[in-house]
Amino acid sequence: MVKYFLGQSVLRSSWDQVFAAFWQRYPNPYSKHVLTEDILHREVTPDQKLLSRRLLTKTNRMPRWAERLFPANVAHSVYILEDSIVDPQNQTMTTFTWNINHARLMEFGLARFKSNVTKTMKGFEYILAKLQGESPSKTLVETAKEAKEKAKETALAATEKAKDLANKAATKQQQQQQQFV
Amino acid sequence: MTSERASVATAFAMNSVGEACTDMKREYDQCFNRWFAEKFLKGDGSGDPCTDLFKRYQQCVQKAIKEKEIPIEGLEFMGHGKEKPENSS
Repeated sequence: MVKYFLGQSVLRSSWDQVFAAFWQRYPNPYSKHVLTEDILHREVTPDQKLLSRRLLTKTNRMPRWAERLFPANVAHSVYILEDSIVDPQNQTMTTFTWNINHARLMEFGLARFKSNVTKTMKGFEYILAKLQGESPSKTLVETAKEAKEKAKETALAATEKAKDLANKAATKQQQQQQQFV
Repeated sequence: MTSERASVATAFAMNSVGEACTDMKREYDQCFNRWFAEKFLKGDGSGDPCTDLFKRYQQCVQKAIKEKEIPIEGLEFMGHGKEKPENSS
């Protein structure tokens, strides 16, 4: 599931300054993780819009435990494409930015998560087997089924008992009424 | 000469993904930024003076991209018709 973030901000500059700055915003003190910048495509459309495609490479910073598990990923940067349309007549600029290889690099995160979930279940079953005293280890599903069956039986017995008590009470009441006739 | 200009520019300019293309990229960027602010934004989108610089720069960077196997092929402009992710479980 893709997660998204929405942010809005106001830049206190004229639109032409903003558009010009857009092409000059790297490097800056906040962009140490941005390694390279290249224009891959640029054209002016018949209706005077500027289309551009920019390629950025950024560092792929991982915690050290992840580096040990995925040494191949350590050397790989993240590639980002940024497409843009500058429309000076309407004074608008539209950009669309996405990474083109990070999904592959995120496989380490997914693999780790899967491994952890498997360990959790294995550990749980191990403990259950121990508690059941070495008997053929039942899976969690089987244990849950048994618990469900038992609960049903208990409920059924309780219903019967309640009916029985109600009957007894009703009979007693009838007898008392008859006495006062 | 060029090296002096480059050493001043280093602190304030980015590298290209192709190491050999960095100087060409910076030269093209300077030309583009001037044309963009003085002509294009003022309504004059014709007569781009940077086409030669751009061609040279593109030859270099497209070659570097192939060598580094950067997956830029078949990606539609503005992400139109984007493919679904592989692991959609």
